[in-house]
Amino acid sequence: MQTPEQTDYIIETAGLTKEFRGFTAVNNVNLKVRRGSIHALIGPNGAGKTTCFNLITKFLTPTRGTIHFNGRDITALKPADIARLGLVRSFQISATFPHLTLVENVRLALQRAAGLHYQFWRSEHALDKLNGRAMELLSDFGLADHAHLTAVELSYGRKRALELATTLALEPEMLLLDEPMAGMGGEDIARVAELIRKAAKNRTVLMVEHNLSVVASLSDKITVLARGEILAEGSYAEVSGKPEVIEAYMGTGASTGGAAQEAHAGATA
Amino acid sequence: MNGKNLEVLVMAGLFVLLLAAPFVVYPVLMMQMLCFALFASAFNLLIGYVGLLSFGHAMFFGGAAYITAHTVKVMGFPPEAGILAGTLAAAVLALATGVLAIRRQGIYFAMVTLALAQMVYFYCLQSPYTGGEDGIQGVPRGRMFGMIDLSNDLTLYYVVLAIFTFGFFVIYRTIHSPFGQVLKAIRENEPRAISLGYRVDQYKLMAFVLSGTLAGLAGSTKAIVFQLASLTDAAWQMSGEVVLMTLLGGLGTVIGPAVGAILIILMQEKFKTLGDWVLVTQGVVFVLTVLLFRKGIAGEIAAYATRIRR
Repeated sequence: MQTPEQTDYIIETAGLTKEFRGFTAVNNVNLKVRRGSIHALIGPNGAGKTTCFNLITKFLTPTRGTIHFNGRDITALKPADIARLGLVRSFQISATFPHLTLVENVRLALQRAAGLHYQFWRSEHALDKLNGRAMELLSDFGLADHAHLTAVELSYGRKRALELATTLALEPEMLLLDEPMAGMGGEDIARVAELIRKAAKNRTVLMVEHNLSVVASLSDKITVLARGEILAEGSYAEVSGKPEVIEAYMGTGASTGGAAQEAHAGATA
Repeated sequence: MNGKNLEVLVMAGLFVLLLAAPFVVYPVLMMQMLCFALFASAFNLLIGYVGLLSFGHAMFFGGAAYITAHTVKVMGFPPEAGILAGTLAAAVLALATGVLAIRRQGIYFAMVTLALAQMVYFYCLQSPYTGGEDGIQGVPRGRMFGMIDLSNDLTLYYVVLAIFTFGFFVIYRTIHSPFGQVLKAIRENEPRAISLGYRVDQYKLMAFVLSGTLAGLAGSTKAIVFQLASLTDAAWQMSGEVVLMTLLGGLGTVIGPAVGAILIILMQEKFKTLGDWVLVTQGVVFVLTVLLFRKGIAGEIAAYATRIRR
């Protein structure tokens, strides 16, 4: 039986470790994400943030350790099945289906739940009944006017919005956002931050983000990773004052640089 | 929306042409074109809509041809049962090989399918049922459903046209179906499709089986038309030829592969007197296509139509 304390955390990892040919990218990470919070994972380049992320969504297989989602051991599941449990991720490079229209993009997230995915003998007009819900989601994200453009024609910020709209169409219990602000300019950042705040209502969000002001304003709790290990945890005010965090950001340089970054690149590729 | 209407209009026009064609063109040549047009369209379902390049589709085409020829000639099946048997055999073969092949991507997928197809080829060469180098010759065309005499070329042509239309419709429907949408999603961005909860291997396998089955239908029909199943049908060159047809006509377009197949067959027929130089001509045409119209003939026309509508 679960104690109330256990269900307080939606995600719990225990001793999570990933080794790439002798290099340890993530080492013995015990991460707990509180239900309903926005939790940020930060750290210098090569700290193992994205690897951690890929482990939780099973895009990578951990070398050791376990992952629990809602008290259930998900360590052995496949990525598609993780998504079906309600744990949906985004990607560093904005993930859309570029040559499909916006409506089709969002509809793809609705199709599976509606049971319209294996039928090759039915006309695609069967999907029209999902258009209403898709348009609703698009207008929530200010995309209704562009519904019949293809995703490739959108600006970067709008692609992000489309990605979020698609993700939310699954009505996931938890969102994992991998650098949602990567490559974005000022206005876009403000807009996407607002979208994330909106999406986080009644949900748990775990995000990797480099932009510290975004992290400071959005997140309830922050975990700082360095060299694959948890360095500090707490609110922004708490962690930003810690000398070891400042040192990890400012004082590392060449000592961890090369190998760590290579492993990081390998993990994201 | 507009694009789809245009597509339907073009297809309807081509269908009318096909109805009238045997009065102008030698029916056997037309039937050959239709068989290969179906083969290329089936192949295109996989490369054009899932992004998987199979280099072993001859195993379905040739395998089905052998099964049809054997069941009809040796076991005395009527033609429709022979075609059905060949097509079903291709489906089973596609399921078995697909389970192995779809675990790999890109060039590895192509190599695995090629290796499996070569195994089928050598089986056809060595097995006591397949007639070795001679193949199975003199397959009787027989009577379809016991009453339609297929020895008449014109009659057979309309039967083949019906089979082609059926196969083509299945492909068209698949492309424009809920399943087809998922296939496009996988082609466009596989990790994202996974993150939306799609178990992509299952969709790939289904597409592979559909494609292989319809390639088999084309091979079975060809065996009845030419009254022959031969090693040529199962050889790796056949797998290569269907790639060529698809690229020439337009990969990922609905009618492109059929157009490509018809052109290649016409070229082989018209330049017959050139002997082996046909291959050189094909090579030149292929290089020109790749250089001048990247999207293939139908692909470029479709792109042009979109441009002028804007």
